[in-house]
Amino acid sequence: MRHIISILLENEPGALSRVIGLFAQRGYNIETLTVAPTEDKTLSRLTMTTYGDDRKIEQITKQLNKLIEVVKLVDLSEGPHIERELMLIKVKALGAQRAEIKRTADIFRGQIVDVSASVYTIQLTGTTDKLEAFIEAIGTGCVLETVRTGVSGISRGEKILSL
Amino acid sequence: MELLSGGEMLVRALHESGVEYIYGYPGGSLLHVYDALYKQSAVKHVLVRHEQAAAHMADGYARATGKPGVVMVTSGPGATNTITGIATAYTDSIPMVVISGQVMSYLVGDDAFQETDMLGLSRPIVKHSFAVRRPEDIPEIVAKAFHIASTGRPGPVVIDIPKDMTMPNERYEYAYPQKVKLRSYTPPQRGHSGQIKKAVELMLAAKRPIIYAGGGVILDRSSDKLRALVDRLNFPCTNTLMGLGSYPGTAERFLGMLGMHGTYEANMAMHHADVVIAIGARFDDRVTNATSKFCPDAKIIHIDIDPSSISKTIVADVPIVGPVGNVLDEMVALLDESKETPDAEAIAAWWKQINEWRPRHAMRYEKNDNGLMKPQEVIEAMWTATKGDAYVTSDVGQHQMFAAQYYKFDKPNRWINSGGLGTMGFGFPAAMGIKMNFPEEMVVCVTGEGSIQMNIQELSTCLQYGIPVKILCLNNGSLGMVRQWQDMNYEGRHSHSYMESLPDFIKLVEAYGHVGMRVETRDQLPQALEDTFGKYNGRLVFLDVAVDPEEHVYPMQVPAGSMRDMWLSKTERT
Repeated sequence: MRHIISILLENEPGALSRVIGLFAQRGYNIETLTVAPTEDKTLSRLTMTTYGDDRKIEQITKQLNKLIEVVKLVDLSEGPHIERELMLIKVKALGAQRAEIKRTADIFRGQIVDVSASVYTIQLTGTTDKLEAFIEAIGTGCVLETVRTGVSGISRGEKILSL
Repeated sequence: MELLSGGEMLVRALHESGVEYIYGYPGGSLLHVYDALYKQSAVKHVLVRHEQAAAHMADGYARATGKPGVVMVTSGPGATNTITGIATAYTDSIPMVVISGQVMSYLVGDDAFQETDMLGLSRPIVKHSFAVRRPEDIPEIVAKAFHIASTGRPGPVVIDIPKDMTMPNERYEYAYPQKVKLRSYTPPQRGHSGQIKKAVELMLAAKRPIIYAGGGVILDRSSDKLRALVDRLNFPCTNTLMGLGSYPGTAERFLGMLGMHGTYEANMAMHHADVVIAIGARFDDRVTNATSKFCPDAKIIHIDIDPSSISKTIVADVPIVGPVGNVLDEMVALLDESKETPDAEAIAAWWKQINEWRPRHAMRYEKNDNGLMKPQEVIEAMWTATKGDAYVTSDVGQHQMFAAQYYKFDKPNRWINSGGLGTMGFGFPAAMGIKMNFPEEMVVCVTGEGSIQMNIQELSTCLQYGIPVKILCLNNGSLGMVRQWQDMNYEGRHSHSYMESLPDFIKLVEAYGHVGMRVETRDQLPQALEDTFGKYNGRLVFLDVAVDPEEHVYPMQVPAGSMRDMWLSKTERT
C-alpha cells in the first residue's frame, strides 16, 4: 500500500541526507520526496511517499523516529488528508493540436504558462492520479518533457503537525 | 567568563563530560587540540598504533565500565581507520564518542590533503553525528554527544572538527551546559504500565515459559533485576551471546546460550515454549534460525528500549518499550502485589522435561590421547585458573564460540566480544581498554592466530603504557570457523582458510618487550597458566597454545531450520 509520511525535521545541514541514507541503507524505496523550510525557520517539512505492507511501514516510521533530527512524524494516509503534486509538462502543440491541448488543460484546470510556435508548457496541480490522467488524456506521443515535484500533503480539518 | 581557544574548549568539555582516557592518534588537523591536551593532566591520552585499535579500546572500556569510550583521530586516513571500530560499537549498542579532525573549513569540499567526508562515511553506523561550524558551539556539542551516546539505546556519536575551529589564538567564552536539551530526542524512561501488566498476566498463566535475555540487560546494568525475576518465577533462563553473564552461568536455572551454537536444552526449550520473555534481546538471525519456524507455539513478550527492535524480525504479542531495569522492577512489584502465582505444577513438569533434555549434554568433546589439546579444554583450564573471575575479550571465530560456551560467566560485563558485527581484531585492543581501567583485574583476550594478527601492532602500545593483559591464542594454524564451514558445506575445500607463514609469536612478543610462551601439549598448560597469572602477573603474556585444527564448534544449528534442528557432533543430528 502507498503511504504518505510527513516529517518535521530539524533544518540543519546533513539532516536530509540522514533520512535518505536510512532508506538506502535498509532497502526501503522512496517513491517521491518533497522538502522545504516551514514558517518556523528551524524546521523543515518533508513529505515522502513509499510503498509497503503495514509491518514494513511500521519499521520505516520507527527507524525514521530514531533519527535525532526527526522532530515529529505522521503517516498522513492513516487519516483524511489532502495531497497535491505540481507538474510542469512541455508538449508538442502544432496546428489543430493546439486547441485540443488547450481544451484538455482547461478541463484538468491546468494553466499554459509558456507558449512558443510549436510548444506549450503547462502547469498542473493535483493528486498523482490526476497528473497521470492528464498525461494519458493528451497522449504520451506529444509529451516532450515532464517535471514533477512529488507529493506534498496535509491532514484535513483541525489536525496539525506542529510542535 | 573564561576565554578559551576551540582546542582548549574541546579538552575542557571532555573533562567536564567525565572523560578519563582518550584513545587516539594525532595528525595535522588535530595539532591544536593535541597541544591543548599537552598543557593539562586531567584527561589522559593513550597513543595507539592504529586508529581501528583506538576505537576498540574505547569500546572495551565502555563495555566494562558502562561509560562512553572516547576516540580522537585526525582527518582523512585517521578517520577512515576508525570505521570498523565505530561499526562494531554501533552494532552492539556501545556508547562511544569519536572526535575526528577535519581540514580547514574553507578547504572542505576541495579534496584538500587528508580530507574525507567523515560524516558521510560514518552516517550509517552512528547514532548521531555533529560537524562543528562555530568554535563557541564546542562545549554544547560535546555535552550533547555524550548525552546521546549514553542514553536510550546507546551508540557511537561522531564529532567532526575542522582545524580552524581550534585555533590557539582565537578565544571565546567557555560555558559547559548544565543541562542538555534536544527537542527531538526523548528516550523512554519507563515501559507502558498496561503492557507490563499484560506481560505479567501472560507470565503467570504460562505452562512452558522461558526467559531469553540479551545484551540490553548488561547495557542497562540490570543483571540483579533479571536474576530476581528468574529466581522468583522459577523460570528457565537462556542468554544470547551478548547477554552472557547477565544471569549466572553456573546457576541451576541457566540453560546456557541459545541459538546457532547454543545448548541443546536452551534451543529445545525455546522451540517448545508457550511464552517467551525476550529482555533486551533483538532476535538476531544467529538466535532465531529460520524466523518462519521460530517458536511455533509461543506468545512473545519483548522488552527493549528501542521501539524499532520490536517486531522487526519476530512479531511481539506484548511489546514493551522502555529501559530493561525499570520494566523488570515494575514486573517484580506487580508480582508482589498479585494474588496469583505461577502454575507450580506446570512449571515443575516443564523443568522435568528440560532436565530430560539436559543429559544430551551437547557441550561435550573428546580429548585426544596424543596430548594435542582440544580448544575446549584450554578454555576450561583457563576458567579454572582464573576462578571464572576474569574479564574475557575475544575476537571472532571458533575461539569466540568456545570461550562463550566453556567459560561460565557468573558476572555481567565480563564477557566482551563483537557479537553483532563479528570483528576480527577486536579482542586485544578491547582488553587493553579494560585493563587500563581495572588494573587489578585479570583481563584475558581469547583469540586465534588469524584474529590477533589484525591488530597485533598494539603490543607496542602495551609496552609504552605497561598494560599487562593476557593473550590466549588458540593456535590451530587455520581460520577455524571458515574451515569448519568449508568442511561442512564445501566438501572440505579449504579455500584460503589456512594461515601460511605464521610468525614465531614468542619472538614477536619478546621483541616488543613482553613474555611469550608456547604450549604444545596438555601437560604443559597448567604450569603456563600458573606462570601467566602468577609469576608474570604484572607483564603482558602471550600464550601461544597449539590446538587440534580438526575440531569443530558444536552444537550447531542446521541452517534455515528451527531452533531444535541441530548438529550435536559431526555425526549426530537432532
